[in-house]
Amino acid sequence: MPEVKVLAVRELTAYLQRLMSNDGRLANVWVKGEISNLRSPASGHLYFSLKDPAATLRCVMFQGRSRGLAMGLRDGLEVIARGQVAIYPRDGVYQLYVAEIFPAGTGLASLALQELTARLEREGLFATDRKRPLPLLPRRVGLVTSPTGAALRDMITISRRRFPGIELVLAPARVQGEAAPRQLALALELLAKRGGVDVIIIGRGGGSAEDLSAFNTEMVARAIYACPVPVIAAVGHETDLTLADRVADRRAPTPSAAAEMAVPVRAELEQRLESLAKRARRGLEHRLELARARLERLTKSSGLDRPRQELYYRQQYLDSLEQRLLASWERRSREREQGLKLLAARLEAASPLAILARGYAVCRRPGGGPPLKSSRQVLPGEKVEVILREGLLQCQVEEARE
Amino acid sequence: MPGEEQLTFEAALQKLEEVVKALEGEGLTLEDSLAYYQEGIRLVRLCRQRLSEVEGKLQVLLLQDGEVVTRELSLPGGENHGT
Repeated sequence: MPEVKVLAVRELTAYLQRLMSNDGRLANVWVKGEISNLRSPASGHLYFSLKDPAATLRCVMFQGRSRGLAMGLRDGLEVIARGQVAIYPRDGVYQLYVAEIFPAGTGLASLALQELTARLEREGLFATDRKRPLPLLPRRVGLVTSPTGAALRDMITISRRRFPGIELVLAPARVQGEAAPRQLALALELLAKRGGVDVIIIGRGGGSAEDLSAFNTEMVARAIYACPVPVIAAVGHETDLTLADRVADRRAPTPSAAAEMAVPVRAELEQRLESLAKRARRGLEHRLELARARLERLTKSSGLDRPRQELYYRQQYLDSLEQRLLASWERRSREREQGLKLLAARLEAASPLAILARGYAVCRRPGGGPPLKSSRQVLPGEKVEVILREGLLQCQVEEARE
Repeated sequence: MPGEEQLTFEAALQKLEEVVKALEGEGLTLEDSLAYYQEGIRLVRLCRQRLSEVEGKLQVLLLQDGEVVTRELSLPGGENHGT
């Protein structure tokens, strides 16, 4: 039986490293290509790729070498780089350790894009003062993306997590390839006209610059600009801003982030409502407390005759108020949300009727008018009426004390 | 109140915020406070209604022979998968 030697990954990698370092040509190569995915983290090292239509080469330029670099490196720039090709064992990739870098004239595609960008900017397509606010709670959210991509799946998942049952309408479109720009523009138009949506997300999954071209076309930029409802662009690329990103009302780093912008968290809206209801209750309670304090100072009162009909009228008014409150909350109690039931009970407990039921009363002039707040508002001998939880008292003031 | 049915969640919430601010302020009579409070309750109810109106539909808009068609969208693998 032949002996099989099993290598650890590091052993195989070390073998390949030796192979490459023994090759004199790889130690000092000149490569021409267009920069893409340029990143310069805090470390000061530069990371990017050099690419041409057929291939991509990962590059790193360490801080000592990149410092003092006169030319501004940026994506799309065509350069000639000199350096050593070696393996980066942790990622299992080969890359060019750049020693020097030179401009080789700006890439053609990049030049054309620059020209288009400048033109659309002059036309005002990117103007910040035309960015529209997103609706707090959209009736429906429109999605323009590939029906098969991960972007759609992510947007649905996030939307449903934040607001279960939120309505989503997809207008499918290819996001790359020759047909993409026209399909994207058409999908936007369809959604806006027929989708009944309040906000639209146009997006795709992450990827490198090669796949972004559809979002850098004039056709897509203009379709976003013409869209009557706010558009969120989620083209999923961190370093390059596409034209779609710049025209859109908002841009998101990923489709998931776009869904977070478009769809509110239902529980948070409920909390906000609850807090408002609580504040309303406190405001009213405070006012009733003030009224109570004044009423307590009106110590003396005595019952007086008054047509019973008036009494019934007051009673009926209170009853109908109570019924309306109860009816509205009873209806809600059948709702699914438990939180609302609690809220309803608390509001009910805090209603003015409940406070009257606790033994407080409202004092005012006979036949209506605002509640009396000061003993100075009446003179001895004047008549006042006192509304209780049940019924009404007609009283004559014997004495009005400060 | 006419037009009330069309009030969006956002508009109703905004009104509710105004009502609450008025209730928290000093300018209202007791009777007005009661009326505002009732209005507040009504708006809370309306907001809750808007929140529960969603039908949970997942649709797809398609162009077929020049006509726009709406279909229910079904995803392979069901809806309850994680990210």
